[in-house]
Amino acid sequence: MLDLIIAKFNYWVYIVLMMIGLYAMIAKNNYIKKLIGMTIFQTAIMLFYVSIGAKQGATIPIIDHHGDGGDHGEAAEAVGHAVETAAHAAGSLDPDAYVNPLPHVLMLTAIVVGVATLGVAMAVVQKIHDQYGSIEEDEVLKRIKL
Amino acid sequence: MKTIGLLSVLFTGILLMIAVVDFPDWGDPHSPANSYLSTHYIEDVEEETAVPNMVTAVLADYRAFDTMLETSVVFVAGIAIFAILRSIDGTSLAGTTRRLQRRGRSKKEKRKGQGRNRRDEMVAAAEREAAKPDLIVQTTVRLLMPTIQLFALYVIAHGHHSPGGGFQGGVILAAGLILVAMSFGLENTLAQVPEKLSLQLGNLGVLIFAGTGVLCLLLGANFLDYHVLAAIYPATDEIMARSHSMLVVEIGVGFTVMSMLYLIYANLSSHGDLKKGL
Repeated sequence: MLDLIIAKFNYWVYIVLMMIGLYAMIAKNNYIKKLIGMTIFQTAIMLFYVSIGAKQGATIPIIDHHGDGGDHGEAAEAVGHAVETAAHAAGSLDPDAYVNPLPHVLMLTAIVVGVATLGVAMAVVQKIHDQYGSIEEDEVLKRIKL
Repeated sequence: MKTIGLLSVLFTGILLMIAVVDFPDWGDPHSPANSYLSTHYIEDVEEETAVPNMVTAVLADYRAFDTMLETSVVFVAGIAIFAILRSIDGTSLAGTTRRLQRRGRSKKEKRKGQGRNRRDEMVAAAEREAAKPDLIVQTTVRLLMPTIQLFALYVIAHGHHSPGGGFQGGVILAAGLILVAMSFGLENTLAQVPEKLSLQLGNLGVLIFAGTGVLCLLLGANFLDYHVLAAIYPATDEIMARSHSMLVVEIGVGFTVMSMLYLIYANLSSHGDLKKGL
């Protein structure tokens, strides 16, 4: 049982976060609060993706000692001593020694695009406030019906 | 509504929690997501692209199409905010329906109008107080700005060898501009970095990215297949051409992200008239 909890604990945390965001999107009346909920939801997904790429004992997906001098990898060096020996002994790189780069790539772009689209959402909320004088959903609905 | 929402959220959450038990364990190196394509990226990235940072290589080369369109999304988001909010002399460019606005005003608000003048005066006085330049903040920003921009350039240019790249560097550059806008006023900042220039930079960024792809097409390879660009760069082989093209593409991404985030801030904080920010 304890093993199960430890192995799946991260997913459960993301689901809790995701549900907090979903609840805010459904139940909150204020559009800004809805947007905050959406952002929490988004963050949960990002954490989920990054944790999919994690590997036990692996280091960041940057090959250290690149080229001749290896002057670029000093920061990574401290992290990846075990990695380095494993990789050099085998001749080629050991996939288990580096975390999966693909989720990082996907989430890297998703974060920036998320910020940009959040900006669009905020602009729409500003426009709604211009038109109806409120950002509370029930008030806006009432004024649309008028 | 709230109870229905809470119940459905709890129900969904519990279902997901049960479903998650079938997921691979956290940190399992042989889970499906870590098995097929990602091993190719890790094993062959250095031979194929000469870039030690796998994230940059996957971002700007293997998945360059995706990144190009993500950059376009950032650009389109900036343009969308421009279209939604931007107004010149109080008239919106988007031509919003005034009819709705007139109908939307309730009677209650009209009644409230009497007590308005005094409140407006107080608000205006508070705004004048807040708009005074703060010596400490301005001096700190003056000192910080060059460092922020230099670091942003480093993050963009060194994205091949350390964590970084166009998106991150562009965001840092935009954060620097927004910092200036907050401490020196939006109008002063727009005098330095005008709206037109940032729109042009945003365009230029996407153009650099797509143009690199078209250049590859013209040289007879697939779209964004960088190895043919070795014919253009001096003294590079086909593998280093990939590495250099990634830098070019990241610079384009940096331009777009910087200018679009800056424009988004400028429009949102000034309610679209670009006159007085936060």
